[in-house]
Amino acid sequence: MKEIHNFTITERRQHGAQYFSLVLQHAGCMQPVVPGQFVEVLVEGCREVMLRRPISVHDVDEKAGTMTLLIQIVGNGTRQLNTLKVGDSLNVVYPLGHGFSVEAAGQQPLLVGGGAGIAPLLHLAKVLASKGIKPTVLLGGRTASLIPVQDEFLPYANVLVATDDGTLGHHGIVTTHPAFAQNYSMIYTCGPTPMMKAVARSAAERGIRCEVSLENMMACGVGACLCCVTDIDQGHRCVCKDGPVFDIAAMKKWYLQ
Amino acid sequence: MLSVNIHNLSLKNPVMTASGTFGYGEEFADFIDLNRLGGFVVKGTTGSHREGNPYPRMVETPSGMLNSVGLQNGGVEKFCTEVYHRIKYLDTNIIVNVSGSSIEEYCDVASQIDELEKIPAIELNISCPNVKCGGMGFGTDPKMAAQVVEAVRKVYHKTLIVKLSPNVTSIVEIAKAVEGAGADSVSLINTLLGMAIDIERRRPYMANITGGLSGPAVKPVAVRMVWQVAHAVKVPVIGLGGICTSADAIEFLMAGATAIEVGTANFIDPAVTIKIIDGMEAWCKKHGIKDINEIIGIV
Repeated sequence: MKEIHNFTITERRQHGAQYFSLVLQHAGCMQPVVPGQFVEVLVEGCREVMLRRPISVHDVDEKAGTMTLLIQIVGNGTRQLNTLKVGDSLNVVYPLGHGFSVEAAGQQPLLVGGGAGIAPLLHLAKVLASKGIKPTVLLGGRTASLIPVQDEFLPYANVLVATDDGTLGHHGIVTTHPAFAQNYSMIYTCGPTPMMKAVARSAAERGIRCEVSLENMMACGVGACLCCVTDIDQGHRCVCKDGPVFDIAAMKKWYLQ
Repeated sequence: MLSVNIHNLSLKNPVMTASGTFGYGEEFADFIDLNRLGGFVVKGTTGSHREGNPYPRMVETPSGMLNSVGLQNGGVEKFCTEVYHRIKYLDTNIIVNVSGSSIEEYCDVASQIDELEKIPAIELNISCPNVKCGGMGFGTDPKMAAQVVEAVRKVYHKTLIVKLSPNVTSIVEIAKAVEGAGADSVSLINTLLGMAIDIERRRPYMANITGGLSGPAVKPVAVRMVWQVAHAVKVPVIGLGGICTSADAIEFLMAGATAIEVGTANFIDPAVTIKIIDGMEAWCKKHGIKDINEIIGIV
């Protein structure tokens, strides 16, 4: 069930110049969050920002009643969120959208993340690990400093890195990493659109089931305003409600574009 | 204390939601008890399925947002056979926003909705700024507006609300025209036609170039128009445009609105409607007002 809740910020971490994370404590019993689901946070104290900002859930500790958001500073909203301190409260509407199909992982899933798209993959890797599955996680970015939090994946996954400039791991984009060409039971991906399209095309060619997590400007976050649509093969669908995670089997038009 | 009437509709309170901001109500059922609302207006419904405009469809602007959704909806048949049966059990006024590209389409949709027992009213949308054919084209000319209302009046037998466009020189003239053609109520305002440009990419933010402005930015314009129209027509006026708080709602009532619709504020706080209802009740108690009707149109 979705709810509106005032979380308390209990921890704040900086990850390089562009990323920070906030640990949010629920006051009572937190609703379950499926990996790939997102939240809409209220940005207070900024004249330019009225609408909530959609942020993917990076980590969840159900027992402790906490969730972590990994945020990239990109505009007025996220810049204002970066001023939040431990002890401040954050009004959150959650859990939103349709998450990753965890049950479809098989024994050798691959998780491909780029930039801020790395965020939801940690929660996914941890849930897979709890089911006895050790995924391969392939993280990409322009340069080493723009790949935040790869260490957080180490207890749960085989972690591989690719950078465009070769400053960390494989020199090149994620789809040229030798490990990407191996066979997998399932591929989950979240990141820049060109990266996800390349991953989806390759998965489709190899007959591997694949889910992509899309991003969009949103207003309502619950499928009411129809502002955040994307084109899947059957027509316009809301990224907030029908996604953000979509199976590429219904997205040929999208990834072949 | 808060109950009001719009023609044959009895509303528990003056608070409804605006079409296109509240889906079919179900989307908000986790956050609020829908039965507490005076009513809600469901998404604009057309004769057949519409995919709507290309995207991007939305951009945030100072104290508001522009949208160019373009009436994406599943069509009237899908509403009548699927959606209606999921929501008809609710104990509130469910109003269907009816749109079209021709008088025939408006009539076709209205007559199908007329058959639905639990839909006591329609809101005729002659003011959508985001569609090429029809929509606002009917709402910006008094003769055209009267023609479509007259035609729908012949096939629709329950409460007929007509939603007016602010993108006109004289909204009073349009309001009088639709009242004369048989409208039981008018709702205003629909969104103001606007535009925003991404200067780094040197192009409009939205694929449709222009879109409808909503949110607190439009509120003073809406209050002014509600005040003007309420003084010019005898039918009850429903006010909307940027309402976020109970104070905003009371302001519209004082300007002459019998009921109000909450739109963009639902995106900022999905439970805002309930806060507005509770706030209005508290305000009435504080000021010793026994019946909210006492303040309607006092300005």
